[in-house]
Amino acid sequence: MNNVFVICEVDEGKIADVSLELMTKGRSLANQLKCKLEALVLGHNLKGIEKELYPYGADVVHIGDDERLDPYTTLPHTSVIVDLFKKEEPQIALLGASTFGRDLGPRVSSALQSGLTADCTSLEIGPHEDKKAGKTYEDLLYQIRPAFGGNIVATIINPDCRPQMATVREGVMKKEIYDATYKGKVSKIEVDKILKPEDLVVNVIERHMEKSKVNIKNSSIIVSGGYGVGSKENFNMLYELAEVLGAEVGASRAAVDAGYAEHERQIGQTGVTVRPKLYIACGISGQIQHTAGMEESSMIIAINNDPNAPINKIADYAITGDVGEVVPKLIKFYKQNTK
Amino acid sequence: MVKRRIVNSLILIYLSTVNNSLPKIETMGLNVIVLAKQVPDTRNVGKDAMKADGTVNRAALPAIFNPEDLNALEQALRLKDKYPGTTITILTMGPGRAADIIREGLYRGADNGYLLTDRAFAGSDTLATSYALSCALKKMSKIDLIIAGRQAIDGDTAQVGPQVAEKLGLPQVTYAEEVLSAETGKITIRRRLERGVETVEMPLPGVITVNASAPECRPRNAKLLMKFKHARTITERQNEAEDYIDLTADRPYLNIEEWSVNDIETDMNWLGLSGSPTKVKKIENVVFQAKEAKRLTPADEEMDELMKELIANHTIG
Repeated sequence: MNNVFVICEVDEGKIADVSLELMTKGRSLANQLKCKLEALVLGHNLKGIEKELYPYGADVVHIGDDERLDPYTTLPHTSVIVDLFKKEEPQIALLGASTFGRDLGPRVSSALQSGLTADCTSLEIGPHEDKKAGKTYEDLLYQIRPAFGGNIVATIINPDCRPQMATVREGVMKKEIYDATYKGKVSKIEVDKILKPEDLVVNVIERHMEKSKVNIKNSSIIVSGGYGVGSKENFNMLYELAEVLGAEVGASRAAVDAGYAEHERQIGQTGVTVRPKLYIACGISGQIQHTAGMEESSMIIAINNDPNAPINKIADYAITGDVGEVVPKLIKFYKQNTK
Repeated sequence: MVKRRIVNSLILIYLSTVNNSLPKIETMGLNVIVLAKQVPDTRNVGKDAMKADGTVNRAALPAIFNPEDLNALEQALRLKDKYPGTTITILTMGPGRAADIIREGLYRGADNGYLLTDRAFAGSDTLATSYALSCALKKMSKIDLIIAGRQAIDGDTAQVGPQVAEKLGLPQVTYAEEVLSAETGKITIRRRLERGVETVEMPLPGVITVNASAPECRPRNAKLLMKFKHARTITERQNEAEDYIDLTADRPYLNIEEWSVNDIETDMNWLGLSGSPTKVKKIENVVFQAKEAKRLTPADEEMDELMKELIANHTIG
């Protein structure tokens, strides 16, 4: 009772990365709250799936295995989760801010009257004092998220309703094995007793999934490279930085024309226009054709050998130096400071 | 006098039956509600958008029709093109000036609009908003389909659509990109997911939310602009200048229905701040209004400091 729950997403028979990232976060929250971490997996042909979750510190893995739960549709998943949550009364429930979580989360929270904070970038535990009502709360979940197009960061709390629900985007939290030998237990959900005919009215007729595509347009952080990066091999550094930051890699037209990056990564007048929270321009001089597609970024960091590069005019930070020297340092100090 | 009125309305009824029976094919007119929100344009945040204390200066941001709600309206308009007899009603909740987006919708082909406005709704989170909207929707006549944008740009939560569906006990399809058909009580929709597309079928009535990848909304239509430019809510009519002539008696379509909390059936406990399980504890301004770039060298301590700063202000990490 009153434990931390992670609603897991199944992707091609495996637990999705975003869910494992939330397991890692959920484990640390559960430790802080001195309660258990429980995972919830719904789908079909899930035999053995609990083994993917134990190393992340799952004390209990609730499994609902039924062909009517795959492919995912909103209503049967909602019914099973609402039923379980009414029994288990979790204090916190987390799910990925994917199309799955952003479809399912609000439906579940509405049915439970619990409230939900979307796309959190940080989750912390802390107290709260409601001076008006003369009430104090211990151990609330601080659900921290950008709002207003990323211009503000709000800390949201949910003092009185449970569970405290939040969605988190993929890549925001870190996935880390908690204990490779950790052992939890499985709790089977009797799906048959829960589902009603009215849960099954929406049918998936056709599904066409592609391998992950470049998605710079919706990325909140972009690491972008120009001709100054020097080679296709040097671009690998940018991919590495993007990976640790949860970012996408973009490129200027000059870099694309030189064959350093694929065309679909091109940012600028003839490419995609982006407005990320953070844009790291590596070896990009800052021609207007490029800046037109990224100048509305909330923050711009420019890395360039030339202290007078035009990009520095719109940058918030201008690092004068070699991309090959600066980028590995950014990776190193990011890792050091987020441990 | 009274008699003549009755005769007149009888004639009207007669005419409308005749009109309806003219096309021999049975039309599949749908009653579509578009949920729309007026939002501050967070995509064009200027220098004065944030106050010195770090809070948002809403007055400095232009108020616009939420972009994905326009994508939703376009899907409704396409249904109207395809299925004659379809009516489109815009429902919005907000302050009085939100009537602007209803007019914007009328200029593009919507048939009428409802503005839900009351101080009792102030401070609503998504759940309280969804509750208020669902109460208004329950009061409206038979609804076939509710279409909303996936999310609003001021909050980006994508919650109101699914929560309205839940409150009304209706099925939902989110991330819709195109309504393929809406016949025989069923709607077929193509959805855009992170890594692919999915075609789903949902019985009507139901709720769909439309993604930004769906076709853009058509522009204003000049004829409709002329027709609806004097469309007003009752409050707007009352606030007009003295020489204002109320046209709604002759042209009832110029009335934008305005509902307060008293016009819908609600439990006050579920409205506004008290109906909102989530509360804002703290707001921080994260936009760096650096006038000039901060110059850095690749020295270790400077790179370390930069990363610490970015993590501390939630830009990364």
